[in-house]
Amino acid sequence: MTSSTTTGSAAGAGRDEGRAEDLAVSVRGLKKSYGALEAVRGIDLDIATGEVFALLGPNGAGKTTTVEILEGHRQRDGGEVSVLGHDPRRGELAFKQRIGIVLQSTGVEPYLTVAEVVDLYRGYYPSPRDIDEVIEVVGLKDKRDERVLKLSGGQQRRLDVAIGLAGDPELLFLDEPTTGFDPSARRHAWEMIKNLQALGKTVFLTTHYMDEAQYLADRVAIIAAGAIVAIGPPATLAGREQAATRIAFHFPAGAPAIPEELRGAPEEARAGDTMAAPAAPNDTVELRTTDPTRALHKLTSWALDNNVELGSLSVTRSSLEDVYLELTGGDEVEGVS
Amino acid sequence: MSSAALALRQIKFENRAFWRNPASAFFTFAFPLMFLVIFNLLFGNEEITLGPGQSTSASTFFVPAIAAFSVITACYTNIAISVSLSRDGGVLKRVRGTPLPAWAYMAGRIGHSTIIAILLVAIVAIAGVLFYGVDIPTNTMPAFLITLAVGAASFCALGLAITSVIPNGEASPAIVNASVLPLLFISDIFIRLDDAPAWLENVAKIFPIWHYSQAMQAAFNPFETGSGFRFGYLAVVGAWGLFGLLAATRFFSWEPRR
Repeated sequence: MTSSTTTGSAAGAGRDEGRAEDLAVSVRGLKKSYGALEAVRGIDLDIATGEVFALLGPNGAGKTTTVEILEGHRQRDGGEVSVLGHDPRRGELAFKQRIGIVLQSTGVEPYLTVAEVVDLYRGYYPSPRDIDEVIEVVGLKDKRDERVLKLSGGQQRRLDVAIGLAGDPELLFLDEPTTGFDPSARRHAWEMIKNLQALGKTVFLTTHYMDEAQYLADRVAIIAAGAIVAIGPPATLAGREQAATRIAFHFPAGAPAIPEELRGAPEEARAGDTMAAPAAPNDTVELRTTDPTRALHKLTSWALDNNVELGSLSVTRSSLEDVYLELTGGDEVEGVS
Repeated sequence: MSSAALALRQIKFENRAFWRNPASAFFTFAFPLMFLVIFNLLFGNEEITLGPGQSTSASTFFVPAIAAFSVITACYTNIAISVSLSRDGGVLKRVRGTPLPAWAYMAGRIGHSTIIAILLVAIVAIAGVLFYGVDIPTNTMPAFLITLAVGAASFCALGLAITSVIPNGEASPAIVNASVLPLLFISDIFIRLDDAPAWLENVAKIFPIWHYSQAMQAAFNPFETGSGFRFGYLAVVGAWGLFGLLAATRFFSWEPRR
């Protein structure tokens, strides 16, 4: 199965075959255009079996195009794609039997019940999961015999996931599974996806929520304007762990000036690695440092010595959102998503 | 699961979903009966001449005509509109991502529509017998059933084919009705075109509805002495069906078109 999909030199083919064993998804130089618009411009990805992988990016960055090419819904213009050892372009039965797809927006028969819909879809797979087990995993046990049209938006989305799971897939695609959810529904969905991870499924997730990627994914790739701009575990993405830590507090009224030595850590200083002098009392003061322990010690010593209360004192690492906004330029590309 | 079992399973689920929407089910059945009643009220007592020395009440004409109309509604109109809506709703795209073969899904839609068509025809025929004194012909029954089947298959195929030119679900009733209603008026379904200009009849003869109407009339004609088969008409209907099948195979879209 794997040998038929690998091409190239003998050495290259051997390496690919070795990889394909534990790789659920392997993509090289993936390209797709819609007319003049280059939606995806040369993406490389490797996703290990059992990994939860998140493709994070703004609307129109090429997330859905990428995931739909991997699912077999769209044809690529160029590049190599191997999903579970299959080329999704061929739409083979054996391929479709091993994946589960949760698209961004899909409908089901509104007059069937939750259990009937799951039953209908599980019938298409050679070794499906138990109906009630699937319904339980997505948390729709109470709605088992409810007709689909009576479900809320969030419940319908969970039914989408139930349908995606019904065939007991090795690899599940989730295209923006929580878009439009309220915070509590999102939490529920996250727990559900965590459950999938525990089942040993490989999950390919697209999202434009940073917290979602951070909470769920083993690895995150940030996509912007059709290209991967960063890839890695959420904790260390794009050198996050080495990035400056942010110390913030409200500058109290009537406090003496902050000592000069705190205003910057000249050695190892990054751009913005200084503290702006507050223009007025009660302004938020931000200090960025790569040496937070020392800086915090100096700051609090100064505050105690001068009997100053540091209101709303906080210490935060560079967030995934900071990384994301920096890498994606914070701009949204309208058009194909 | 075998191919036949897959298709039967699809029909079963389509059927179950259909009956869960009683309003839709009721009007699907009421609609042709309504036409049967209205046309009989308006023209039922008129004598129509089917051939030399063969005159009968117009009711005898209306039963096969409304039966033909029922098949066209249940197969062509219903499939074209419901498939367009399913496509817009993403149902088709979802199915496309599963291992269910495309033909099995289509077999489910077609099989369900054909069952509805057969039920409609039976109801129309029974209503004709009970209320309008129409005789059910026995010697042409095989011809009637086969004509019914050829029509159902062909109009289902055409219903699938036209979805490829329907841009979205909301537009589907308008487009489908525009494609079928004028033909129903000029194809001896709602009214007999005895005095129509020749060119109008020639236009009607291009399309399958006129031929289907003639074949159904012949197979339901109480004066028919032969088998009731009209192979010429059936061939035209079947050819249109084949054209529909090829067009659907070539141009059918599983994804919303907007």
